[in-house]
Amino acid sequence: MNVPVGNILVLAAILFSIGTAGVLVRRNALVIFMSIEMQLNAVNLTLVAFSRELGNLNGQVLAFFSMVVAAAEVVVGLAIIVSIFRLRTTVNVDDENLLKW
Amino acid sequence: MSVEQLVFWILAPISVASAILMVVSRNAVHSALFLILNFFTIAVFYLVLGSPFLFVVQIAVYAGAIMVLFLFVIMLLGVDREESLKERIKGQRALAIILVVGVLAEFVTAIRLGVGVSAKGAAGWDLVNKGGNPQALAKVLFRSYFLPFEITSVLLIVAAIAAMVLTRERLKVVPDAVLDAEDEEEEVLA
Repeated sequence: MNVPVGNILVLAAILFSIGTAGVLVRRNALVIFMSIEMQLNAVNLTLVAFSRELGNLNGQVLAFFSMVVAAAEVVVGLAIIVSIFRLRTTVNVDDENLLKW
Repeated sequence: MSVEQLVFWILAPISVASAILMVVSRNAVHSALFLILNFFTIAVFYLVLGSPFLFVVQIAVYAGAIMVLFLFVIMLLGVDREESLKERIKGQRALAIILVVGVLAEFVTAIRLGVGVSAKGAAGWDLVNKGGNPQALAKVLFRSYFLPFEITSVLLIVAAIAAMVLTRERLKVVPDAVLDAEDEEEEVLA
């Protein structure tokens, strides 16, 4: 007996929503970035669940590509956060207000 | 209840709890550790869904490489500073939570209308994974998706170079005249 695909999709939706809440509520750039990672993971879980449900491997290949791109994205994102920290000595997104009008 | 369902129902609450704790921890290191726990539970879900290859990649790439990078940067930027709870925009937090609950309700409604919560399961799953899941995945990856795979390698090289360029120390430009003056000083001292 497999796990029903609906259960996994609901779990992924819950994780995605918690990640969204993290992005909206938190002020630390690093924690916001971690929340985005969790959203990516929730979507990967959805892809793998549908791969199982539909009986072909394209979903798993897409999840694999998504992981590779996420790794590249983390590298560049953290480099940007580090260079912002060097410039302004803070990672609080409320203090990054150069574009504020 | 089968083994898969048992594993799912044990790990699903852990997964959601670690996600919530990740968002509410005020210390960035605690957030990172809860996120690692969350990634491990997701890796086990991949195993439950019949994808041992993604299980290994999830643990090696996400729980391993990416989270070590995160912890390294947290260490680099200092962990002792805690986030202030003052809101710059009034009522932002409450509004955010209301909107997130709304989004979640939409997702759940869409899932119920779309696929339902039934266990259908694909018929030919064993046939698709003939010779093992990694082998079958490799066949799909290196035949149908060969070009995207190669483009991914370019992306990784560009990302690595970008990280080095973004974080390098700016070198101070010293005019030649200053250098010459210093040389002369040294000669005088000698």
